[in-house]
Amino acid sequence: MTTTRVAAPGDTADALQHGRRAPRRGVAKHGKATPWFFLAPYLLLFGTFVIAPVVLGAWISLHRWDYTLPGKPFVGLENYAALFDPGSIPFEDFWNSMRATAIFTVGSVPLLLVLPLVVALVMNTKFPGRNLFRAVYFAPYVLGVAVVAVLWRYLLDNNIGLVNYYLGRLGLPDDTAWTTSTPAAWIALVGVTVWWTLGYNAVIYLAALQDIPRELYEAARVDGANAWQQFRHVTVPGLRPVLVFITMITIIASANMFGQSYLITQGGPGRETRTAIYQIAEVGLRQYQMGSAAAMSYVLTAALMVLSVIVFWLFRERKSS
Amino acid sequence: MSADVAARPARAGASGKARGPEAGGRGGARVVVRYVLLVLLGLLFVSPLIFMIVTSFKTRGEAGGIPPSWIPDPFTTQAYESILSAPGTPVLRWFANSLVAALANAAIVVTTAALAAYALARMEFRGRGLVFGMIIATLFVPPVILIIPNYLIVGELGWLNTLAAVIVPTAASAFGVFFLRQFFVSIPDELEEAARLDGATPVQIFLRVVMPLSRPALATLALLAILTNWNDFLWPVYVLFSPELQTLPAGLSTLQSANAVRYDLLMAGAVIASVPVLLLFVFLQRFIIEGVSRSGLKG
Repeated sequence: MTTTRVAAPGDTADALQHGRRAPRRGVAKHGKATPWFFLAPYLLLFGTFVIAPVVLGAWISLHRWDYTLPGKPFVGLENYAALFDPGSIPFEDFWNSMRATAIFTVGSVPLLLVLPLVVALVMNTKFPGRNLFRAVYFAPYVLGVAVVAVLWRYLLDNNIGLVNYYLGRLGLPDDTAWTTSTPAAWIALVGVTVWWTLGYNAVIYLAALQDIPRELYEAARVDGANAWQQFRHVTVPGLRPVLVFITMITIIASANMFGQSYLITQGGPGRETRTAIYQIAEVGLRQYQMGSAAAMSYVLTAALMVLSVIVFWLFRERKSS
Repeated sequence: MSADVAARPARAGASGKARGPEAGGRGGARVVVRYVLLVLLGLLFVSPLIFMIVTSFKTRGEAGGIPPSWIPDPFTTQAYESILSAPGTPVLRWFANSLVAALANAAIVVTTAALAAYALARMEFRGRGLVFGMIIATLFVPPVILIIPNYLIVGELGWLNTLAAVIVPTAASAFGVFFLRQFFVSIPDELEEAARLDGATPVQIFLRVVMPLSRPALATLALLAILTNWNDFLWPVYVLFSPELQTLPAGLSTLQSANAVRYDLLMAGAVIASVPVLLLFVFLQRFIIEGVSRSGLKG
């Protein structure tokens, strides 16, 4: 086997002897073009479907761009101005959808930060069956949003759904219109999303918890720290980088919520749960108002960037006294 | 380091005896409370899935009945037969489309990301920092910004309403490059150096040294790519128009709008869409969970 040959002891010793800094005996590391040869296939995809779209999107947003019409006149910032002009046609629907996205994000992000951490803390102690529970909580995540949404639309059905049936059995109201009234629809959308994605965040937390050196806990215990103080002074600082990461990806995922409302509530009642990305896709890809839709996507992105800055500021390393 | 990859599941797998505060005395009651809570929460997570599977084997009437039944009576495969034979819902075709798309997408992701990650991890060249920085920066670009322009680009390429539209654009995986680079960086220099002294070219080193050593990481990335592509929803809904060209998730949404109250049919469709990923999960859990947990770790 080639790998065995390569790893033969003599070779290794030789390689060690002529390590990185030793002058190489005529063995060229690689030609100048070689790295680019390796990078080319990826960069072709990356350039075409990631970098070019970011630039093209900005260009589109400056035009009255209807996919089905030949002329695409340059209109400058008109598309953006319309989004901020209460008298314009896109204004109301756009800001309704931004509000829907904000409601969903505010409702789901705290739950998706705290509940998975609780699960991860429990999973981080040793007990028989731990791997089974970890798999059980993670399982819904491997299903796609289409399956999750179709399934929960059934479970949340007013009349024949399991949710109302069991609520009734518990003596609670059993006729909530989970998919066609607010705030019930919001509770349903957030609840379904938490059920679906809790395991994902929990697994990331768990990996981070396992990377916190055990000695830190032992040292804290020797100093007389109780469980809460250990959590406060060892666990939380140890988790900080991962906490920033989870907060960011959870916010981005929530701000991009689409399938749940497209399939469970169909954006209803009215347009109450039609999220920004739903509105952008409909305006751009159904009504072919691509200039306006592109402008909307940049406004949403700008809002997310502001939010990111706030998150980084909130989690910044504070000077310990 | 490859040992690093093995270490976490090994540690996680070493459940062993309960130690510390759980053991003995006062801990006994806490163990019981913990298991009761874990089991209750566990039921909350799996019972919807069980109900989905159960319902797919019910008659139309029983699927819409109250109280809900947990054992189909009579047990029937009617729902599967109807959706598999209905002309407007070519479910098997959707299944094949999803399978082709997911496998092709994963193949492109793994190949292009591995090549790029190798250059970024093991070679020194001008512009490396810039290229890597740009790739990492896009990890935080919200996907919404790409939808409209990518629709136009895919249109220009003549890929609208073809599987290429759901295979190629999402294959530019910044995560894949990042993920594999982290792995390649940890491969000992000596192995590469030795191969080089034997006269191996960079391509040979890549294929014969780095690739074989990286099988677990490559498998993990391939799995994550398959899962993501198989489950993708928004993009296929808008770029595939013909009924027979849909992927399963997009097809499922047309199934729902056409059969709003036929829950037996919808659950059968949902089961068909879930079985492959649930099987992958059951058998390859370790890789999937490993991939997710590693994605959260900083560089």
